[in-house]
Amino acid sequence: MTIESNFLYVRETEAPVSPPPRRETGLGYWLRSNLFSSLGNTVLTVVTIVFLAWILPILYNFLVGEAVFAGTMDDCRAHPAGACWVYIQARASFMVYGFYPIAEYWRPNTVFVLGLALIIPLLMPRAPYKVPNIIAFLVVYPIVAVILLAGGVFGLPYVPTEMWGGLMLTLALSVVGVVGSFPIGILLALGRRSNLPIIKTLCILTIELWRAVPLITVLFMASVMLPLFVPNGFTVDKLVRAMIGITIFYGAYMAETIRGGLQALPRGQFEAAAALGLNYWKSTIFIILPQALKYVIPGIVGTFISLVKDTSLVSIVGLLDLINAINAAGASAEWASPTKAFTGYTFAIAIYFVLCFSLSRYAKYMEDRLNTGHKR
Amino acid sequence: MSAAESMDIDRSNMKVSASEVAIDIVGMNKWYGDFHVLRDIDLRVMKGERIVIAGPSGSGKSTLIRCVNRLEEHQKGKIVVDGIELTNDLKRIDEVRREVGMVFQHFNLFPHLTILQNLTLAPIWVRGTPRAEAEETAMHYLERVKIPEQASKFPGQLSGGQQQRVAIARSLCMSPKIMLFDEPTSALDPEMVKEVLEVMISLAESGMTMICVTHEMGFARQVANRVIFMDQGQIIEQNEPEEFFHNPRHERTKLFLSQILH
Repeated sequence: MTIESNFLYVRETEAPVSPPPRRETGLGYWLRSNLFSSLGNTVLTVVTIVFLAWILPILYNFLVGEAVFAGTMDDCRAHPAGACWVYIQARASFMVYGFYPIAEYWRPNTVFVLGLALIIPLLMPRAPYKVPNIIAFLVVYPIVAVILLAGGVFGLPYVPTEMWGGLMLTLALSVVGVVGSFPIGILLALGRRSNLPIIKTLCILTIELWRAVPLITVLFMASVMLPLFVPNGFTVDKLVRAMIGITIFYGAYMAETIRGGLQALPRGQFEAAAALGLNYWKSTIFIILPQALKYVIPGIVGTFISLVKDTSLVSIVGLLDLINAINAAGASAEWASPTKAFTGYTFAIAIYFVLCFSLSRYAKYMEDRLNTGHKR
Repeated sequence: MSAAESMDIDRSNMKVSASEVAIDIVGMNKWYGDFHVLRDIDLRVMKGERIVIAGPSGSGKSTLIRCVNRLEEHQKGKIVVDGIELTNDLKRIDEVRREVGMVFQHFNLFPHLTILQNLTLAPIWVRGTPRAEAEETAMHYLERVKIPEQASKFPGQLSGGQQQRVAIARSLCMSPKIMLFDEPTSALDPEMVKEVLEVMISLAESGMTMICVTHEMGFARQVANRVIFMDQGQIIEQNEPEEFFHNPRHERTKLFLSQILH
């Protein structure tokens, strides 16, 4: 068969490498492709702009324009259209520390700063001394924190947990919950995939039982029922009981999230690790978990965020968490003002947002960092 | 196929031991549920042998070599590897796995670790080799597979052929006595098959005991001292490559060869 000669071809000059056409880059291109790419998107963009134009001035007026930044509660009562920041300033210490004695504020402050000093390098992948850092944070720090916060030794006045409250209590519950539920979740997830029938059954039962109960029920059980079952004279602190309840509850959720990651891992990874002679724990620690956890970072962070917010449920068993403290802060008549409650909750929203949004941003950063060229 | 045929092979170190047994499989059977996947397998591999296992897909070739390092469990019969019988004893399984290297069709490198970390992980944590020494060994093998410059990259940044050469180097870092290859070139683009076969040939030249499940008949002809043909979970025929390819005895073997050699 013969081919017409103009179908035969040999390239003689190299085609030049050139930048993309102008309309593929720049602000105009971004606007067109992101905001006005279709009729539907254009309508959405317009609706959003109208909504923002309506809501932003209202928010500004309430939070800044009409707000009372200085003065007395009488000024607040005279400005019912603006936020009452005077109230927040006056009651901030109660919202942060609860009934903790004012003279001892340096103790939670020290615990907080110490915690930051240990957590921040731990979260920075490049920071050195990871192992001593982890030991300091997981072993030494909790002991120091309990001694400092509760006192009763080394000449520190005893402060019972009933007097702890506010943001301090919320942070304590969140940190214990996050740090505790993660390893519990890992162990339960590994156990659920175990070949040993007893371990597998126990883990399935634990996970399903704890996930089948609302957290409120867990907290009620921990605070009301548990004392009925333990011998007289033996008590576990109410705060500790709530911490244990939250930790195990979220450990069960964490387990299922992590199990998803374990199942997403190709079988070849388990086999390659085994073929190299790595035993179960070594292959789990070095090969399986690093990859499985990376797959489910979004799920893990979702669970953490939900944990942080759910610590507010401890108010139903009488613990004075941030929300409860904010409610209690304005309870007496001297703080009465039309916008007191709004202002208080705005303050709570701001704090929860900072906590949860930074968790989410950090997770995004780690996800990007751990991406080792699967997509080129 | 032609990749291996065009090679000059140095046979001076390719010696099959007459007395030392590397792997001894006696009356081995395996089932997946009701499916009898391996039937009455008897296979003795001497030290220094280069065995190629061929056969149609689903014939049990991969399952057979995966039984040798216990990635699959056999239900009947006996497998002795380097003098250690494979039983449910986890300690013995780990002992066997330390001595037997395996290369997979899909490389199975650890994507979250750099190439160097892939190579040093097992020596450090299984053999207890000091890190510096493990890294030195790793670089030595990376040079042997001709990609030392990739040491600090991640597997996802390498081509398929490069990844498979890293996988071979990773196994060699454990200084195994036996190497198993499970279709090492089947997932590669045609232009990358040769670079992997070259590494396998140089390994054979060094006297390594090898069992290779492969469709590279050129490699089988040139390198193997024995070719095993399997079908439906049984060993149908084994012979020296020359005889196997030119004078197959069993009807099934003749049919198979007529289909793959054209």
